[in-house]
Amino acid sequence: MEPMISCAAAVERLWAFLDHELDDHDHRAVEDHLAFCRRCCGELEFAKHLRRLLETSGAGELPPGVRARLDRFVDELTQTAGGGGTP
Amino acid sequence: MLHTSDRAAFQQLARDELAGLYALARRLTGRDAEDLVQETLLRACRSFASLRDRRAGGQWLRVILTNVWRDRLRKDSRGPTEVPLDDVECFSLYRTLVEEDPFPYSDTLHLDFLGSFSEDDVHIVLQRLPPLYRAPLVLRYMEGFPTKQIARVLELPLGTVLSQLHRGRKLFERALWDYAAESGAFAACSAAREDTSWSR
Repeated sequence: MEPMISCAAAVERLWAFLDHELDDHDHRAVEDHLAFCRRCCGELEFAKHLRRLLETSGAGELPPGVRARLDRFVDELTQTAGGGGTP
Repeated sequence: MLHTSDRAAFQQLARDELAGLYALARRLTGRDAEDLVQETLLRACRSFASLRDRRAGGQWLRVILTNVWRDRLRKDSRGPTEVPLDDVECFSLYRTLVEEDPFPYSDTLHLDFLGSFSEDDVHIVLQRLPPLYRAPLVLRYMEGFPTKQIARVLELPLGTVLSQLHRGRKLFERALWDYAAESGAFAACSAAREDTSWSR
């Protein structure tokens, strides 16, 4: 049986653990640690919420003025690329 | 040159994806987003004939936009800024919240802290991160790119991307804490809590 990893080692791997990016050996090591360490379970829950906060970060709506300019740009681009003249 | 049939398809794809492209551009650059989208569309239009699976058009455009952004960053004379590992490695937002206890009457301290940030706040906090660390976070957690694809798009070894993601998360935690302290979020949240308890 392998020795248990430390809290520091477990915490360092938590996001990769959540992202399923650890190899089997490291994934199991974190799982084993979490099975007995309450504090690191708290860290894991926090990491989940933090990740969700990141995922829902806003970049704002596309402003109507920008949308209009980009729409025009697409029109001109496709006309030029299609041989319809210079915009 | 676009064929007539491709012209309508490209227009449709571009229009459908404009909002998503603009959002990604804002997250990556914070500024010049419109210009970044324009250059993306220009490059995409030139190579539209090479897009075999039209259903993957949205993802294809996002990859092009990231390539354009990457090329611009490389040309930038300031270049990417590395952050010394020691400065961020020791910081844990989870532990800092326990130690500093900014909401002393809260039973859900960590959730209350995260709940005090609006979507716009998170955007502002992300913009404070150096692009080198912000981009992998944006691509991984907002655009859902697998890490291997991020490595391909940014033309970096996988290990470098994993390391940048790790540092990026640490920097994000630190920046959230600093932003909350600067913006008076702790005081506002405590005051709101006291108001609620008085009104009971």
